[in-house]
Amino acid sequence: MLVQQLANGIFLGAVYALFAIGYTLIFGVLDILNLAHAAIFMLAAFIALSLAAAGLPLFAAIAIAIVAAGLLGILLDRVAFAPLRRRNAGPLVPLISSIGAAIIMQGIARGIWGPEEQRFAASALTTAEFHIGALTVGALDLIVLGIALAFMAALSYVVRSTALGRSIRAVASDRVAAAFLGVDLERTIALTFFIASALGGAAGILIGLQYNSVSIDMGSRIELKGLAIIILGGMGSVTGAVIGAFILGAVETLSVAFISSSYRDAIAFGVMFLILVFRPTGLLGKRALRAA
Amino acid sequence: MISFYAAHSKLIDEIGINALLALSLSISLRAGSLALAQAAFMGIAGYVSALGAVRYGWNLAEAALAGALAAGAVAALLALPIGRLRGVFLAIATIGFGEIARIIEINLKVTGGAEGFSGIPNDANTLSIYGTLALVGTVLWLIGRTKFALAVAATREDENAARGVGINVSAVRMTTLVAGACVAGLAGALYAHANFFITPGDFGFPRMEQILVACVVGGVTSSIGAALGALLMTVLPELVRFLHDYREVSTGAILLGIILFAPGGIAGLWQRRT
Repeated sequence: MLVQQLANGIFLGAVYALFAIGYTLIFGVLDILNLAHAAIFMLAAFIALSLAAAGLPLFAAIAIAIVAAGLLGILLDRVAFAPLRRRNAGPLVPLISSIGAAIIMQGIARGIWGPEEQRFAASALTTAEFHIGALTVGALDLIVLGIALAFMAALSYVVRSTALGRSIRAVASDRVAAAFLGVDLERTIALTFFIASALGGAAGILIGLQYNSVSIDMGSRIELKGLAIIILGGMGSVTGAVIGAFILGAVETLSVAFISSSYRDAIAFGVMFLILVFRPTGLLGKRALRAA
Repeated sequence: MISFYAAHSKLIDEIGINALLALSLSISLRAGSLALAQAAFMGIAGYVSALGAVRYGWNLAEAALAGALAAGAVAALLALPIGRLRGVFLAIATIGFGEIARIIEINLKVTGGAEGFSGIPNDANTLSIYGTLALVGTVLWLIGRTKFALAVAATREDENAARGVGINVSAVRMTTLVAGACVAGLAGALYAHANFFITPGDFGFPRMEQILVACVVGGVTSSIGAALGALLMTVLPELVRFLHDYREVSTGAILLGIILFAPGGIAGLWQRRT
């Protein structure tokens, strides 16, 4: 039983990690808490759903939706954050701007797809299961985990070994110095938003597939949990976000099994609150963006 | 005139309560603290006043006072651990507090759990709501003319400089947090007594966002601004009925527009004209 719950925790944690990475990446690079991240998470799931329903093969629908999410991220930056950068607004203004953008996105989604919960066509999803000893693992879960890990590995590679990654780290470290040294700020920021939003969108699609449920409020459910994860991991640390996500995934699934499920969410926020009070930099703090 | 009121009394009451809530947030924002716990304080007071009225037969004034005091007490306790936090971290900590409060409310038997608490006497009428609003507004205006208000503004503008001239920044921030909580508490009690039914979901993050939007649109550091913002944002969904499911877009667009083009809110726009 314990092993089964741990496995479930890993599946959950992987998707949480994809979401949290995008959240923390934007904060690490731009010092912005982007509350529209969850809206893109939700929109990507709907886009994938609609594309699949229109007849595209599932993998194509997913791929296109992920790219769409990335582009939405760039658009979000252009509309809601870039103007604020130009006029040097204070640090809390982008937060409120992101809320405005999120509300607009939710409104558009509700208008297009309606408030009802929607599902992928049953034929698109595989219900195959594997039994490994005492473990029961769905083929779908494995695919989701595989995609999530692949994305994380790709991100790690980009940040560590490419020129773009170096630019991102430079901007995160010191924006002004990076500009002096010739880094194209706006291009780097746009690409950061693309990556972060694509990952967040991927998380939305994968969670939508895993639970076969896509609804307008799926973003708000994960948004606050995402906050707890990035605080736990350390705002700005991608590795921290991943670790925090798996910890939360494990704690959530284990606590449902062993403690009352009704207080489950409170655990995440309680831990987050304690960390903010006693160790605001979390597990790995902001400097760790360099070591993704 | 009378028939207009009769047809829209629920909306008018809602505007009043939202104005009180926006006012309560503006108190903290005036000190530069993005403390996003108003919805939680509203909820705590709402439940306290509802329980008091139903179990002990308190009248509206007693229940509201009890609610405000309860909210203020919780705020004072909360201010201790989060006193050192600034900016985004303070915002997140208060959001977390709000979630914890909501989850506790869902789980407590005595408050009816997730199904909510019903049977609250419906004794908050438009007069009591707007009377409270006027009272709070007047008190804030009077305080605005004291040295404390200057200390608050100084804390907002430059905390280190304020400390440098001897202002007790921690005390200022704690006071504004508690004061804001008390006002939110009054609003919460009125809310509970205006709708005879409350649920934990009424006091979660969506409500907090709603209050923040009203405050920002109106102008964060102005009482009149907060009230106007609440007026606009409460009435807006009714005005854009024709957008059907797309209604929210108007709310987001106004918020974004204000942030991008008129960061001082409606109050800021007015000041620029004169």
